[in-house]
Amino acid sequence: MNANEPVIKAEKLTKRFGNFVATDAISFEVYKGEIFGFLGANGAGKTTAMRMLCGLSIPSSGTARIAGFDVYRQTEEIKRNIGYMSQKFSLYEDLTVLENIRFFGGIYGLGNQQLKLKSDALIERLGLQPEAKKLVGELPLGWKQKLAFSVSILHEPTIVFLDEPTGGVDPVTRRQFWAMIYEAASNGITVFVTTHYMDEAEYCNRISIMVDGRIAALGTPGELKTQLNESSMDGVFYQLARGAKNSG
Amino acid sequence: MVTVTNITKTYNKGVVKAVNNVSFSVAKGELFGLIGPDGAGKSSLFRILTTLLLPDSGTATVAGYDVVTDYRQIRSSVGYMPGRFSLYPDLSIEENLHFFATVFNTTVKENYHLIEDIYVQIEPFKKRRAGKLSGGMKQKLALCCALIHKPTVLFLDEPTTGVDPVSRKEFWEMLKRLKQQGITIVVSTPYMDEATLCDRIALIQQGRILSIDTPQGIVAAYPGQLYAVKARDMPRVSQVLTTYTPPFINYLFGEYIHVDSQGMGDRNPTELLRGILTQAGLDGIEVTPITPTIEDCFIKLLTT
Repeated sequence: MNANEPVIKAEKLTKRFGNFVATDAISFEVYKGEIFGFLGANGAGKTTAMRMLCGLSIPSSGTARIAGFDVYRQTEEIKRNIGYMSQKFSLYEDLTVLENIRFFGGIYGLGNQQLKLKSDALIERLGLQPEAKKLVGELPLGWKQKLAFSVSILHEPTIVFLDEPTGGVDPVTRRQFWAMIYEAASNGITVFVTTHYMDEAEYCNRISIMVDGRIAALGTPGELKTQLNESSMDGVFYQLARGAKNSG
Repeated sequence: MVTVTNITKTYNKGVVKAVNNVSFSVAKGELFGLIGPDGAGKSSLFRILTTLLLPDSGTATVAGYDVVTDYRQIRSSVGYMPGRFSLYPDLSIEENLHFFATVFNTTVKENYHLIEDIYVQIEPFKKRRAGKLSGGMKQKLALCCALIHKPTVLFLDEPTTGVDPVSRKEFWEMLKRLKQQGITIVVSTPYMDEATLCDRIALIQQGRILSIDTPQGIVAAYPGQLYAVKARDMPRVSQVLTTYTPPFINYLFGEYIHVDSQGMGDRNPTELLRGILTQAGLDGIEVTPITPTIEDCFIKLLTT
């Protein structure tokens, strides 16, 4: 895939539930190796948009291609070419570290031999050898999140979707987590991430801010601050989200 | 209003120390924050103070009552908003509120003044079932239900987790107004920026309190000086500072990197940092001395 070719291309992507328009004709592109921050208030329509981009929900209208695949007709191909991790659901607490890696690697379509090589390498890289046979439920949250992220990119997907990956994580681990995100991006994986930490918005190459189902702003953190005449991303977010109708 | 003395709570037959010999006290009318990441022991402490969990050892009182022997009195005099949404999803907004008022032998009318500011925001939807509400509305309803019996102490366990920055700010404004009405509030949060909105805070990690003070006091106790550093190529800045001998302690904070003056000796930190970064070929360099944030202090306490 060409570096300038978008790995996510959405045009007027829309989702309606009855009379309610959750995602209202959003258009944007995300490029290979980019870290794209997807911000917005609660209820702004982020989750609905993300579900469509992951091939989990069929749009009401508009188009989108994810890693070259169509969100209407090629949802299975999309699922095989993306990784997904969220704060709420990431790994099975009652399976061991190794079992989780094998389980998710298997789901993502890795063969046995590949799985063995990759799981050993991953455990070594994370320094989890002593914990490999421990239940994931016994690991501290920070470790769980780092492991979950590594598992979500084990199959080297084109794009990884991260839904509030650092919520509730301590400040040191939160920064280690972002170091892992940078590493993945430098290896060519496109990172699509949501967060409520405005300092993390600064770590993205570009961000979009959703308000009432629409993309109210899109650009680099520097561009958005200049456009809205604010000194911080906090200020940018307040200015845009304060007037939202669907928040709260 | 709340005293906690050497409280310890373990799980899994003593293997997991959720709360490790914790002591603190909260004065009447104070807004007290427990600040720490998930797994720090915040929820266990809340559950002990609201008599839902017995400590392994130590003592605690709420409004003068012992959490073990006087649990009945405590249950009728405190308000508790657990981290997980715990109202009845099949009852409407109105029905949930009436239910909680009735359970505590009071009426919505009697204490309406306490919740009015918050309730008017969700009143247009009062016939809607609680399970069908948005996150922000659920949170407001839960706060109303925790307040409707006019508690002497209000316990709020991570009320703003997963909530966007605008709604978080609104929630803290509600807390400020409740405090003005004389209610003692104990609140927990993993968001370090919310710490400055409390009268006093305890920074907590892995069951232990790292520090207790006013937010200003915690910031003032930061050893050394911090510098906010910026240049055109930020990942390179971090790399240069981290690989310098001896390495500088540095953490990303939004568009800046915060660098600790520790280990710089008598050299002028601004000139030293500028020099190192210029030598490494970086341009657009900014170095500014700054006051630490609570997050800087937390990191410092975690790593020393």
